Amino acid sequence: MISFIKKFKWDFSAITAFIIFITYSQIMNFQPGIQSLTNFREFFVEMMTIIPMMFILISLFDVWVHREKIQKHIGQNSGMRGIFWVILLAMLQAGPLYGAFPVSYLLWKKGASIRNIFIYLGAFCTMKLPMMFFEISFLGIKFSFLRTLFTLPIVIISGYIIEALLKNRNFKMSSPETAKEK
Amino acid sequence: MNSIYFTSALTASALLLSFMRDRKKTLAALIKAWKMFSSLLPPLMSILIIISVTLALTPEKVLLELLGSESGFKGMAVAAIIGSVSLIPGFIAYPVSKILISNGVQYSVIAVFITTLMMVGIITIPVEKKYFGLRAALLRNFISLISALIVGLLISFIWRMI
Repeated sequence: MISFIKKFKWDFSAITAFIIFITYSQIMNFQPGIQSLTNFREFFVEMMTIIPMMFILISLFDVWVHREKIQKHIGQNSGMRGIFWVILLAMLQAGPLYGAFPVSYLLWKKGASIRNIFIYLGAFCTMKLPMMFFEISFLGIKFSFLRTLFTLPIVIISGYIIEALLKNRNFKMSSPETAKEK
Repeated sequence: MNSIYFTSALTASALLLSFMRDRKKTLAALIKAWKMFSSLLPPLMSILIIISVTLALTPEKVLLELLGSESGFKGMAVAAIIGSVSLIPGFIAYPVSKILISNGVQYSVIAVFITTLMMVGIITIPVEKKYFGLRAALLRNFISLISALIVGLLISFIWRMI
């Protein structure tokens, strides 16, 4: 418990400051202060109903999906099929962008093209399924659908553009982890 | 409100199905979910506090001028800058976006914010450079920024038609 508070000391300071601020606002009848409590209550109730369910869905997804099977397909296929597999792999991931760099290094070592590596990264950023659950439940299916519909072709085109710009400039990937060992 | 019923039904049936097929895995997933939730809760609380106070103190006119329907390209530019330089996890960005939308911020502005947040990382360029080299890292970030603006523009054109 103490280590938990220590880890999030800034957040707990913010919460304490907020409690003092709203108590003071109630006493002094400071309208914006009272309004901010009303806002907070409304936001908090909504988040607490949706977020726990989202995390249960994401964790279930994580224990049941086997990414290794898809990873096997990467590298050998070129053209549309190669693009299909990297996008599928990206959609089944979770986590922040810097977690995708080591995976893209693996793809490169397995022989994936420059184009497919950058398509993977773009799809990883914008089309991860666990994040899509989150997006749909907060911003609605219309937003999510349109955003994905427009992003997908742009990500693929970007892959082609980046490949064209890097191809003859002897692009190389390296991994900081293996570089350290040398 | 409808989406809450849908999400609850989906979660309940997924959980039931998973439990019937493999209890151990389901339990592991629930523990994982709890860990994620408990480490997200404190930062989410502070973000909610910051947003609640900021929205209460900012006149609606200012927010709408900066990010609302009259903001046009300026709103997208502001969103692109914030999205490119900050490192906010999606779990926090989506709830915040929802609050901003219910306060009058445009969906196209949110699309730019979300896309740059996910694809462009000025702060992570030093890490990215180690994998791809500086040229490729800069190129990827630049093209992603342009992509995000294109997505925003497309959404702003199409949104009212459907």
